Amino acid sequence: MMPIFDIAIIGGGIMGCGTALRLAEGGMRAIILEQGDIGQGASGVNAGTLSMQIKRVKLMPYAIRGHEEWQHMGDAVGFHKTGGYTLAFNDREAELLHERMKMKKEAGANISFVSPKQLNEKEPHLAKKVIAVSYCPDDGYANSSLTGQYYRKKIDEKGINFIEAFKVTNIRSVSDGYEIASGDRAVVASRILIACGGWSKHITAMLGVDLPIRARINTVSVTERAPQLVSSVIGHATGLLTMKQKENGTILIGGGWQGKGRPEEGRGQVSVDSLVPNLQLAKFVLPALSNIRIVRSWTGFEANVPDFYPLAGALPNRDNAFILGCVRGGFTIGPYISKLMGDYILGKEPEMPLFDPGRKMEEGKLI
Amino acid sequence: MFDAIVIGAGPAGANAAILLSENGLKTALIDEQRDAGGQVWRAKSESILEASITDAGEQGDALRDRLKSSNVITKFNCRVWHIERLENGHWLLSVVGGVEKKLITKALIIATGAQERVIPVPGWTLPGVFGLAGATAIFKEHMMAPKRRTIVAGNGPLLFYVASETLSLGGRVSAVISINSRTDWLKSLPAMLSNPSLIWQGLKWIFTLNKNRIPIYWQHAVKSVEGENMVDGVTICKVDQNWAPVEGTDQYIHGENLCYGQGLMPAVEATHLAGADHHYDEKLGGWVPTIDQWGRTSVAGLYACGDNAGIYGALAAPIRGSLAAQAVCEDAGINIDRKAEIKKLKVAIKFGLAATALTIPRSGLEALITGETEVCRCEGITRQEIDFEIKTGAQSPNAIKSGTRCGMGPCGGRYCMDSVALITQHRTKKSREEIGLPTARPPLRPVTIDDISDDLDYDDLPIPGVSPL
Ligand SMILES: Cc1cc2nc3c(=O)[nH]c(=O)nc-3n(C[C@H](O)[C@H](O)[C@H](O)COP(=O)(O)OP(=O)(O)OC[C@H]3O[C@@H](n4cnc5c(N)ncnc54)[C@H](O)[C@@H]3O)c2cc1C
Repeated sequence: MMPIFDIAIIGGGIMGCGTALRLAEGGMRAIILEQGDIGQGASGVNAGTLSMQIKRVKLMPYAIRGHEEWQHMGDAVGFHKTGGYTLAFNDREAELLHERMKMKKEAGANISFVSPKQLNEKEPHLAKKVIAVSYCPDDGYANSSLTGQYYRKKIDEKGINFIEAFKVTNIRSVSDGYEIASGDRAVVASRILIACGGWSKHITAMLGVDLPIRARINTVSVTERAPQLVSSVIGHATGLLTMKQKENGTILIGGGWQGKGRPEEGRGQVSVDSLVPNLQLAKFVLPALSNIRIVRSWTGFEANVPDFYPLAGALPNRDNAFILGCVRGGFTIGPYISKLMGDYILGKEPEMPLFDPGRKMEEGKLI
Repeated sequence: MFDAIVIGAGPAGANAAILLSENGLKTALIDEQRDAGGQVWRAKSESILEASITDAGEQGDALRDRLKSSNVITKFNCRVWHIERLENGHWLLSVVGGVEKKLITKALIIATGAQERVIPVPGWTLPGVFGLAGATAIFKEHMMAPKRRTIVAGNGPLLFYVASETLSLGGRVSAVISINSRTDWLKSLPAMLSNPSLIWQGLKWIFTLNKNRIPIYWQHAVKSVEGENMVDGVTICKVDQNWAPVEGTDQYIHGENLCYGQGLMPAVEATHLAGADHHYDEKLGGWVPTIDQWGRTSVAGLYACGDNAGIYGALAAPIRGSLAAQAVCEDAGINIDRKAEIKKLKVAIKFGLAATALTIPRSGLEALITGETEVCRCEGITRQEIDFEIKTGAQSPNAIKSGTRCGMGPCGGRYCMDSVALITQHRTKKSREEIGLPTARPPLRPVTIDDISDDLDYDDLPIPGVSPL
């Protein structure tokens, strides 16, 4: 039998690992239980965009702090601060862009508008049909595929226990906490943190808690190495495109286009019906892409709840059970909000407010 | 919409397609080659090997004739880059090179053949190194410069075929380096005798080599490929029972071409991408889709036949094609008798399996991959980097890939992930089954955006709802 841990963290993504690191600083004995490999869920397959311009207004302060965390992690995660442009190609998009960026600016992001001419000077390969452009010098990216390597090293250094290939299949209350089982293996811990990303609904259900968690299936593609075509992070007013060229010349194309599949059934599948328009839009924005080969497209699960705000706090109707997830822009915000979560579990007042998982949620308006 | 689509027009796939259409199913046959018969980096080697008893051309012609007079709709120069199962159980194929960009079918047979296993050693990426399986196809183009000498190295029967073929095409061979010992060969003889004509063929190859005084180094392996900008020769060494290099046995052999390969592996990317269950079976050449004796995979409507479902070789391929076709027919409610085929298969696979057995990688092989050896040539990742990643905790192909970029280049890991698994196995003592395959992702081969789409009419862009503010 394993010793009893102060806390079992289910899910070895950014949220789970980030919280574990904070808890270790606070002296808690944590164990991370991961069904696959550390950092191979959403945290390892996302587009890696660290853009203020695509963050939600209310989450801006968290994103700014998150961004600082990534900057601090630096080379180990392939951090680059490149500045970012968001483009509008018609009046509707321009209006949307102005309206949104104004609010984000008020929320603290360093966003300004530049002229299409200025854009063209900085990024001569982009389509000339742009009519409005916003710019944020803080925007950049990190290399999400290094997430696993990075966090594995960190949790190892801190002596935090973790078990990979441990897919939690059952949780039950025992006298001193929870027994978390994977088949016939089990771990006992006084507390539990659910940090299972797109899989979280399933796990909260094991505790008899029903939360309206859903999973989006985002698609990302990467090209072969290409000559230098863009140096900044590029976005689209609708949010339907993110694009960046990495140091090695490959171009990463995202934008939240939806693939198929369910978290319980593997890693999701790319759907050609959404991949093709995603790539067409990328080519529209960067015409030189037309002859560069796409080497790989993939999907990842991103969890959300109806109001699109995080679940970060105590699980309703359960003692010593917590959840952290459903953070929109969670790659950017993860390293910070997980610190807040760690503080909360340690019984400290977090520096910024968390998001009560038991709140009443209304369907967020899509505009 | 088709009743059936077959991907891969080698002997297995083409035969399946013909049978399906004969039974009234609207069938398409897709291949990236110009015509039916097989392809360079695929099952060709084995097919040539066995087909050359009669006349390779003749057999191919017969197949092509049958195809032409059938109702099969052939789509050559056409490449499938994505496979999706639709909610109604039909299959959506995304293709380039054809008239349509999408094809839909009720049943899908995958017959994509085999690919070559190449164990990386220092210098293996030098110009002048060719795959064994692909060698014959490129002989005429690249290798027939009269002064060039060819070294043929690796394992299995292919070795002797390539060497004697090089000679008969007028090329020069400096040596044959066989990692198999003579004893390995003797052990496989009884099974191979199931096909006396092939044995006879093999003896002719050896005879040709002897007549031309080509040295054969039994139980030797290429330790490194030497040369500045192109191959100048190879350093070889003796290997032990487990194929680990024996110290102090190095020799240098001159040559400007190296044909090099360690057997064939089933090309499973397509079945993997389509969602079928796979398992590892070294006797069948590596990872194979889990199928019943007809070729039904774990996914309804998806079938596999030919070398991609286990390296049984060319004699078995057409039979496996017809078995799969019969399964498709049966699942579509058409009854045809097939018992005789099963019996035929049992005989036909004997030779193929014996040949595959000679190529099963042994535990010492990984020692040939030195620290400095580039394992992933697309990304320039060395063994050292992979070792380090494993040492610091990466345990799966996905984790190693993420951490090192190994397998992230244009080849999609096709040529390196097997070596990565070999190294992982050595370091972690896990079985290949436990180590697993990396996640399958499209495109099956790199495609340009122009290949797969028309120009965007900006107003047509489907806007699926803008993100919340
Ligand atoms: C394709 C894609 C692109 C994105 N792009 C961006 C971007 O550009 N910028 C940005 O800021 N954010 C982006 N995001 C969002 C961001 O990636 C996520 O918000 C963040 O990574 C979530 O972290 P997590 O730890 O909650 O989830 P995950 O990283 O998914 O971690 C959850 C972990 O739980 C494990 N788990 C699940 N079930 C079990 C079980 N039963 N037992 C044990 N373990 C289990 C999983 O294996 C997984 O490792 C993107 C997301 C996706 C999917």
